Amino acid sequence: MTAAFPSPAGTVNERADSLLSGPSFETKMERISDHEMLLNMGPQHPSTHGVLRVVLKLDGETVTGAVPDLGYLHRGVEKLAENRTFGQFIILTDRDDYLCAMLNNWAYCLSIEKLLKVEIPQRAEYLRVIAGEMNRIASHLLFIGTFGIDIGAFTPFLYAFGREREMILDLFEQLCGARITYNYVRIGGVSNDLPEGWVEKAKKFVAHMQACLKEYDDLLSYNPIFMDRTKGIGVLPKEKAIAYGVSGPNLRASGVPLDLRKDAPYGIYSKFQFSPAVRQNGDCWDRYMVRRDEIAESCKILEQALDGIVAGEIMGKVPKVNLRPPVGEAYAQLEGARGLLGVYIVSDGGLSPYRLHLRAPSYINLATLQEILVGWKVADVVAILGSIDIVLGEVDR
Amino acid sequence: MALGPWTVTGPWVPSQTSDALRRRYTRSIIVLAAILLPLLGLTILVGEPDTYFHAALNFINTFVASKGGPAWIGQAVLIIVPCSVVLTLIQVLPVFLVWWEMKIAAHIQVRLGPMRVGRFHGVLQTIADGIKLLLKEDLVPEGADKIVHFIAPLVAVAPALVCFAPIPLGHAGLAPVKLDVGLLFVLGVSGLSVIGLLMAGWGSNNKYSMLGGLRAAAQVVSYEIPRVIALLPVVMWAGSLSLGQIMDKQAGLWAGFLPKWFIFYPVVGQISFIIFLISSVAETNRTPFDIAEAESELTSGFHTEYSGMKWAMFFMAEYAYMFLACALGAVLFLGGGGALHPKLSFIPSYVWFFGKTFFLAFLFILFRWSYPRLRVDRLMEFCWKFLLPWSLANVALAGFLFLMMRSR
Repeated sequence: MTAAFPSPAGTVNERADSLLSGPSFETKMERISDHEMLLNMGPQHPSTHGVLRVVLKLDGETVTGAVPDLGYLHRGVEKLAENRTFGQFIILTDRDDYLCAMLNNWAYCLSIEKLLKVEIPQRAEYLRVIAGEMNRIASHLLFIGTFGIDIGAFTPFLYAFGREREMILDLFEQLCGARITYNYVRIGGVSNDLPEGWVEKAKKFVAHMQACLKEYDDLLSYNPIFMDRTKGIGVLPKEKAIAYGVSGPNLRASGVPLDLRKDAPYGIYSKFQFSPAVRQNGDCWDRYMVRRDEIAESCKILEQALDGIVAGEIMGKVPKVNLRPPVGEAYAQLEGARGLLGVYIVSDGGLSPYRLHLRAPSYINLATLQEILVGWKVADVVAILGSIDIVLGEVDR
Repeated sequence: MALGPWTVTGPWVPSQTSDALRRRYTRSIIVLAAILLPLLGLTILVGEPDTYFHAALNFINTFVASKGGPAWIGQAVLIIVPCSVVLTLIQVLPVFLVWWEMKIAAHIQVRLGPMRVGRFHGVLQTIADGIKLLLKEDLVPEGADKIVHFIAPLVAVAPALVCFAPIPLGHAGLAPVKLDVGLLFVLGVSGLSVIGLLMAGWGSNNKYSMLGGLRAAAQVVSYEIPRVIALLPVVMWAGSLSLGQIMDKQAGLWAGFLPKWFIFYPVVGQISFIIFLISSVAETNRTPFDIAEAESELTSGFHTEYSGMKWAMFFMAEYAYMFLACALGAVLFLGGGGALHPKLSFIPSYVWFFGKTFFLAFLFILFRWSYPRLRVDRLMEFCWKFLLPWSLANVALAGFLFLMMRSR
């Protein structure tokens, strides 16, 4: 490695500058040594999961430097919130992390409810847990499928994405009329009650899902080639994970048992019996297995919630129009499918938020990439990128 | 609460009971049998095609001789007709193989696959795809080496077609060209295609293509070695490199029921076959060894910058090689055109040959849709540290075994 490229010695910012500043991408070719090459991965690439761009410096097939380049999907969601009423903004949280929109709705509503100090009816709490856990399963299913594609196994994708996730979307469609962007969790409750026969269908799905996990294990999780491709690859040590502020399944895969549903229960999570999925090594396989285990845990929660659901109202006493929370600020967070999903909101007593900030877990998890990609092969880059499980809608906001 | 207007029933509603599924599968089997059995009957009625060909050849020879024409006309017919038949066959086979793969992949992945074009289960889908490819714009990237970029698909596909010359597509007389060194010829010529892949990778002016081309070269050259060494026991035992002779050596039965196919030779046959199968999958760049294309890593590897018919030629080469590997496997290990039992030899030899070949092709397809992809360095390790030692040990074992058999 020549001194022309100050990696990995320089700070993260210096490295980003050296790769990304300047008039065009091609001019950087002169700044690397003659046995290396820059590979522009993305924003149009089959396995960057959206419009992420990663600039890789390669020595043969070994990565010697990596800088993620973000912002291709930036829509200014946080600024848009300042021109919408509190109720109107829920539909934009759907589009933030579009793979677990229910949890985004919920996190946003949680923060406003904290400002309003409103009481949520028990049935609405149950419905939120059911919808949220189902969406978590749907999100993890998509992860399992796309991770399989990243490793080169196409078939699990169509099992997880085309069969099981489709069932969840069908259930959501019956619940709230939408399959991706639900706008289901509202300030003070939820929008729709359960349709007839929904609970039975949901129970049937949970039983089906638990049976399907074995199929995934046979096909993917314990496949020798898959384990060879993921075990010991892209290790994220515990200390580094904490230092980067990584959360969710990625953190739990590194051996830190932090799960807000257990450690700081919100809603009615303290009622349910479950144990957060934790693995110790922090490699790609552990990150995969944590999500696979989490599906099983979510199924347990769903079983309890579907059995214990109570009758009653689904909406608390919140004004439908002219909602003006008191002046102040609130921060609420919950365990999203990708980590701590936090919403910080400042109200000046008006119709719309004065300022809103989303703590997007994939954005923070993504920051670890430049550290853990170095030293691995091009094929591992895809595996590591897939195992971090980012959603660009949330990263770029 | 009543269901809203959006209520739909997904594909998982309980109407798909196991009873209904069983009925569907029974019906499919009946339909398939109704198509395949008459075809089989037709082939039995028609018999071996070479008898007709030789009759026609005799007629032409006598006719030409009676008119006082030159004798080379008969020889030209003897060469041109079988070769053009095989050439056509090799170009039509991918059309069928692709459709077959689409359908098998679909059924592995709980979906239907093509169902529209050609009415019956999308049988004409590949032809429609071919027409689409013909009409597509032929793009050459700026900065590409135009000549290399143009020649690469030709270099890749030409050896694939030549390779079929000595393959007996049934009994030994059904080989278009009777070569004494048939096996050597096939293995030698099939290795040339990698130059095309390398040229495509280099000529495209694309880093992904270059990585793909280099990977392809490394992989194909490496796997050639265990593949050839795995075939040595077959040659040692048959005492010939002629594919027809190797096939004829496998006629007959052991203990009255087990055919004397090479795969049934104790230990040696099975090790040879497995090494041959694995390295053939690697040679044809198919999953789990498709690191040269590696869609999720290198977009499409060496053919990223190809479109239209140029791309289709790479595609055709890939499927022709897959068919070649299966045909070699059938001839060398499964007795080629020989019947499972002498009593079944009323079924023409080419039906046996194609049946065995498509069975092996089915295995290839099954591998592709159930396994993830290996990593480049692990792939090389697997070749050099596992397959090669085992294939060498197998040669030693085979020598020992055949020596014992001869001395007895």
